Amino acid sequence: MPPFLFWLFASLMLVFGAAVVLNRNPVASALSLVVSFLGLAALFMSLDAYFVGIIQVLVYAGAVMVLFLFIIMLLNLRAEEGRRINWLAATGGIVVALILVIQIFSVIGHFQAARQTFPSLERSTTDDVWNIGALLFSNYNLPFQIVGVLVLVATIGVVLLSKREPR
Amino acid sequence: MDPFFIITSLLKIVGILFVVILPMVSYAVYAERKVSAAIQDRLGPNRVGPAGLFQPIADMFKLLLKEDFTPRNVNTFYYWLAPCLAVMPAIITIAVVPFGSTLFGVPMVIADVNVGILFVFAIASLGVYGIVIGGWASNSKYPFLGGIRSSSQMLSYELSLGLAVIPVFLLVGNLRLTSVVRYQIEHGWFIAPFVGDWMNPWKWVLAVPMIISFLVFMIAIFAETNRLPFDLPEAEQELAGGYNTEYSSMKFALFFLGEYAAMITGSAVIVTLFFGGWHFPGIPDGSRGWIFGVINIAVFFAKVAIMIFIFMWVRWTLPRFRYDQLMRLGWLFFFEIALVNIFVAAWILAYFPSS
Amino acid sequence: MITLGDYLIVSGILFAIGFAGVMLRRNLIIILMSLELMLNAANLSLVAFSRFRVSPAGLPNYNAQVFVFFIITVAAAEVAVGLAILVALFRARQTTDVKDISELKF
Repeated sequence: MPPFLFWLFASLMLVFGAAVVLNRNPVASALSLVVSFLGLAALFMSLDAYFVGIIQVLVYAGAVMVLFLFIIMLLNLRAEEGRRINWLAATGGIVVALILVIQIFSVIGHFQAARQTFPSLERSTTDDVWNIGALLFSNYNLPFQIVGVLVLVATIGVVLLSKREPR
Repeated sequence: MDPFFIITSLLKIVGILFVVILPMVSYAVYAERKVSAAIQDRLGPNRVGPAGLFQPIADMFKLLLKEDFTPRNVNTFYYWLAPCLAVMPAIITIAVVPFGSTLFGVPMVIADVNVGILFVFAIASLGVYGIVIGGWASNSKYPFLGGIRSSSQMLSYELSLGLAVIPVFLLVGNLRLTSVVRYQIEHGWFIAPFVGDWMNPWKWVLAVPMIISFLVFMIAIFAETNRLPFDLPEAEQELAGGYNTEYSSMKFALFFLGEYAAMITGSAVIVTLFFGGWHFPGIPDGSRGWIFGVINIAVFFAKVAIMIFIFMWVRWTLPRFRYDQLMRLGWLFFFEIALVNIFVAAWILAYFPSS
Repeated sequence: MITLGDYLIVSGILFAIGFAGVMLRRNLIIILMSLELMLNAANLSLVAFSRFRVSPAGLPNYNAQVFVFFIITVAAAEVAVGLAILVALFRARQTTDVKDISELKF
């Protein structure tokens, strides 16, 4: 992938990621998050991880964010307004986040392996769907099944939580 | 990247979009009116041109010239964004569907990615945003209800949609849509394996879960494209048009086109997955001469047209479901059928002797 | 050329944005979304490392991508449970603001 596409998608992701935090309207936040996730999926594909990238679109943009939108609309959440901003908490949050960014920059600046460019791949055998599937069903068989149980538990939990109690 | 690849890709994109899909969308509207007329024992559009064939052009001018009215209380930016989002996903999806064999040695698929079917699902699932945003931005109660209905309906039927195709890919062993077509050329169409060693009982036993897959998939596509009997998001009688109530002129037309484009890509995916794509028994592929390449493309779109006819037939025959019935059908019926079907297909593949 | 460091920096900034969202916003739904941003920042680093650590056979290290697959699955379950709790909370208190839910019992 040409470098300018990397910077395009990376800035798309970051700008819309920031829009998630800055927007007052929950629906606008959710839609910004969708665009941010699409940019992220493009970055995954720039790393030759097509399966992960498309799963990202399918699960996040296609299902999770629709669920978010559904809940926002169901509860009919409006833009929050009139509330005073707590400046102490706001500056605290921004300062801590900035310190985090500065720290990440300095750590990566001293990290030798971070300077390397793309190593070349053996194109003929990189069917990543096949490779991930093979790994998932051999080395990671037990975690895979545990995740299955986790999803089942989450499903039952959600049904129980969202059921109205009889009055 | 080599310029040959870029030029042929551009030609394919322009050709498939402007020569095939967009005319097909406008004539699907015409066909819908003709089919509904035939089913209801009427004549249908017959004034503009011979047998009303120029009706889509007249419709287009009518919609373009109508007043483009924006109601006062809408959220303007999202109100404008929604119709664009409604058309885009359906058209992008066609990029991975192989619509022909080869023409002058160029494969007739725009992007042959190794995550083909996942790409189709991922992009098709973005189609819900157009409807949901349109319903929300209109700031009016019927569109809002339509948007909510649409989001939960899409989420529910995406499950059956994804589970229904798993038997196909258990058999093919690859997510590329071109491999699906190639497998069907060698071993016969999935739901009617008449090619090759068609006396082999294994293939006919395997055709049973494939037919179940096909039925579940097609019904889920009906729900995903908001076609009757699942058009709850726009149900005219209860929601006065649902998510597109507040839209007029070309913005309304874009929603309309989005629905038909989704129907065409849905039919194209069904044809690719279950009806052998561009393959027809006895017709060689494009490597034998360009005339066969053209015939293959024609065969593909003829099959798509038949599928579209079935979509219309169902629409004008069946009544609409109630919303709770729709949800119950999706979660308690098709989801389970698709799940059991996977196990049946896997059992046949593992234990039934293959010859 | 794009290096591993570029991906890591982008991922770090994304994480910081998500972190700031959790710190700054008081709407529970936005906090949940910011959590998703942080999880995805981690995913981006994982996939970047997977691509830049090529095995002798010329394959990326797929272990990291399997890990990302698990993260996405668990995150989807987490969102479902989180939103269900949010709906239950909204039914009880008609609010999604964390400031209004400071009592332990209601």
